[in-house]
Amino acid sequence: MNPKFGVVVFPGSNCDHDAYYSLKKNLGFDTQFLWHKNHSINNSDVIILPGGFSYGDYLRSGAIAKLSPLMNEVREFAEKGGIVIGICNGFQILCESNLLPGALIKNKSLKFVCKDVYVKVTNESKVFSSGVKGEVFKIPIAHGEGNYFIEENGLNELKQNSQILFQYCDKNGNITEASNPNGSVENIAGIMSKKGNVLGMMPHPERVCSDILGNSSGKFIFNSIKFYLKNI
Amino acid sequence: MIKEPEVSLDLALQHGLSEEEFAKIINILGRTPNFTELGIFSVMWSEHCSYKNSIKVLKTLPRTGSRLLVGAGEENAGLVDIGDGLAVAFKIESHNHPSAVEPYQGAATGVGGILRDIFTMGARPIAALNSLRFGTLSDNRTKYLFEGVVAGIGDYGNCFGVPTVGGEVYFDDCYKGNPLVNAMAVGLVKHNETASAIATGAGNPVLIVGSSTGRDGIHGATFASEEISEKSEAKRPSVQVGDPFTEKLLLEATLEVIKAGYLIGIQDMGAAGISCSTTEMSAKGESGMSINLDKVPVREQGMTAYEILLSESQERMLCVVKKGFEDKVKAIFDKWDLNCEIIGEVTNDKNLKIYYQGELKADITPFDCVLGGGAPVYERETKVPGYFSVTRNFDFDSLKVQENIRDTFLKVFSSHNIVSKKWVYEQYDSMVRTNTVTGPGCDSAVVYIKDTNKALALKTDCNSRYVYLNPLKGGMIAVAESARNIVCSGGLPLAVTNCLNFGNPYKPEIYYQFSEAVRGMGEACIALDTPVTGGNVSFYNESPDSAVYPTPVIGMLGLIEDLSHITTSFFKENGDLIYVIGEDKEEIGGSEFLKVIHGLVKGDSPDINMETEKKLQSFLLNSIKKKLIKSAHDISEGGVITAIAECCIINRENQIGANVVIPASNREDFSLFSETQSRVVVSIDPKDQKDFEEFALLNGVKITKAGVTGGEILIVNGKYQFTLDELDKIYFETISKIMEN
Repeated sequence: MNPKFGVVVFPGSNCDHDAYYSLKKNLGFDTQFLWHKNHSINNSDVIILPGGFSYGDYLRSGAIAKLSPLMNEVREFAEKGGIVIGICNGFQILCESNLLPGALIKNKSLKFVCKDVYVKVTNESKVFSSGVKGEVFKIPIAHGEGNYFIEENGLNELKQNSQILFQYCDKNGNITEASNPNGSVENIAGIMSKKGNVLGMMPHPERVCSDILGNSSGKFIFNSIKFYLKNI
Repeated sequence: MIKEPEVSLDLALQHGLSEEEFAKIINILGRTPNFTELGIFSVMWSEHCSYKNSIKVLKTLPRTGSRLLVGAGEENAGLVDIGDGLAVAFKIESHNHPSAVEPYQGAATGVGGILRDIFTMGARPIAALNSLRFGTLSDNRTKYLFEGVVAGIGDYGNCFGVPTVGGEVYFDDCYKGNPLVNAMAVGLVKHNETASAIATGAGNPVLIVGSSTGRDGIHGATFASEEISEKSEAKRPSVQVGDPFTEKLLLEATLEVIKAGYLIGIQDMGAAGISCSTTEMSAKGESGMSINLDKVPVREQGMTAYEILLSESQERMLCVVKKGFEDKVKAIFDKWDLNCEIIGEVTNDKNLKIYYQGELKADITPFDCVLGGGAPVYERETKVPGYFSVTRNFDFDSLKVQENIRDTFLKVFSSHNIVSKKWVYEQYDSMVRTNTVTGPGCDSAVVYIKDTNKALALKTDCNSRYVYLNPLKGGMIAVAESARNIVCSGGLPLAVTNCLNFGNPYKPEIYYQFSEAVRGMGEACIALDTPVTGGNVSFYNESPDSAVYPTPVIGMLGLIEDLSHITTSFFKENGDLIYVIGEDKEEIGGSEFLKVIHGLVKGDSPDINMETEKKLQSFLLNSIKKKLIKSAHDISEGGVITAIAECCIINRENQIGANVVIPASNREDFSLFSETQSRVVVSIDPKDQKDFEEFALLNGVKITKAGVTGGEILIVNGKYQFTLDELDKIYFETISKIMEN
């Protein structure tokens, strides 16, 4: 089957068009927008919470978006094992919604940062990273609040359950302090839920799905999902 | 209710009007204006809104061309056809005065204002650029302004979701008290989905949409029309507060309404708020309006008609919609949780009548208020600046020959005007919307047009030192260099928007700078066939110390007709051949070298010959199209040696050394740092050498083989060696080191 992707549009989402275009045009998936005020995910197989500044992020990133009507359905979908990816602001919303543990706080530099970084796939996820464990990808980040924080017990739990999927690293895959762009605990760039069906990540894979822009390294996540859904 | 002040000449003078202008208003109305009307006239006739001291000169610029879909000044922004049924709306605007007293909000609302100018045309903003100038970074207040402006631009654009893809930042003492903050936005629209800033059709409802109206920004336009002084700090309340989230909602709702076809006209409420949008839209449509201010959503109690009319609260628009479709329009704004209130209707009596709390508060003819209508037009006195007699008589032979070229270069290369602005642009989201092919840091930004084989090349540029030394040539160079940068990226220069930052126009020497610079720009635009589509004039850029250098910033739009033409500045592979296109004349006047090494801003600006420039650009673009060019980089501040060093290190993922020889005709230190115009450094594949040289000969363009790429060091003239590591450190870390300490 060709999976159907639903991209949620919150007021202030601004990577919604990018995710839609990459999924539909660059990857050829059936893709639809989902308006945050509706109460339906319209038979989506995968839900994307895109990047941006939902509700301006004036209170705390993601703190208001979690109360949007559609988030009830997203929560239900995730609890039933549905595949959900939160990218950047979407990751922040997932943490605020308690669909993922931890929190994203202000970057250590206290400044917004936009640049290409390297991330290493540090775990095997049959959903999101099939066949690419250990590989290093160049993916951009663009955020002011991407500094992942979790207290020690939570961190241990993440490790025990192999929930840490992406870590910031250098070009050669070394996870170093210098390659940590925002001060995240243990260079964490992306984590999964315990069941492995919800992914939150600060880097933007949807921005690197086009050879015209010189980088297609974000495609692996979406192709992995397609492969997974085909084989269940 | 507070009693309104009695209108008198004194009060008019306090509003920034002259005695002559006050008499003119009385003459137009046939009576003394009331307080509210005085407020409207004072903002509409401010320099900022009326262009009263500049319009005559601006009209000498070339403003037509086959690709222009609207004329300069006719709409909120210029509109240029790029084929495939698509058009590009683009414009640059200043927010200097607000940024001087409140850098964060001043810069942020500058971005907000220019974005609204673009999407009121029906165009979705796809790129933002800027041009910034500050004092030197040794000064703490300058650092505060620099940091605040960059954060303000970043936060607004990042939240709104437009990529900031390019810009320029210069530091010079002349900008210490009066920084320049110019913001440019570029949008894309289908030909049949454009909108106009017009009010027509008696009975059509007039709507205010977006944010509520508060007391912020009252008399912002008037504040922008006077010099910065110690008292300016008190004008901080004239600076508006930006809300990029509401702007984003306004964008989506506005585009939806335009697409649905319910709209007659729409205008952004920037300077002078409701006063400006109601008068300008009515005047353009040769209509009148009847407005009831009681219907305007306000965020504070007890506002007067005067305050509501003059408020510059951000993220608001005035719309005229087709009668009968009000509810459909309201439903769209409702969906995006935005205010949308009917505040009046279009009338056919050509009068603007404004009611509040049951009283007629203003009754004026819109045409009398606006540029091109009753607004005053002046031509100011000019005088050749006295400082020319000093700067022009400078004897360059008196400069001590630099013995240690290596040290000299490292000093010039460390100049804050040359080093990378990475610290700045990493705070901007340069990639959102997934069109950015070449982001900040190259000759021009390249933005892909989805579902086509085309891209836009975009650039902002001005070397104000040149303009100071020679306004005519400096104006020409600003245009020529922007176009050259576009060509270096593989684009064809199409059109120009400009932001003219000058001092007080009532000073004859300043007005000379202004009129000569515009003349130079005009000549260059005609030569390059890049008409001016609009822009903005900012006068009164003076602080108690001095006026800023005359700074006519050019925003250039170029079209890359085939994605395979996209070219970047940096060297690609070892063993490629390096050529310099163009001919050096060892010109040091106004150069970065002269300023950094000798502490002088003297001489004349470099010469510029538009025929030579045109020839160079057409040769380079055709060479790119023939696939002969692997990299192309304009030679500008810091001369040929700086340009080559940048080609070595700009791409941090693949830095490549070079071994070059730069022949000197007179002095080595001059030849390496000369800023002679119409020159470009290119690298080519050795297999294309014969073709390239023959093509240059055929085109009558002078090229000089400078050397070869490769290795981990840059070697100049066989004697001066620089490791890529040392160049990288200087180039990419100088500014962050200063700002992070």
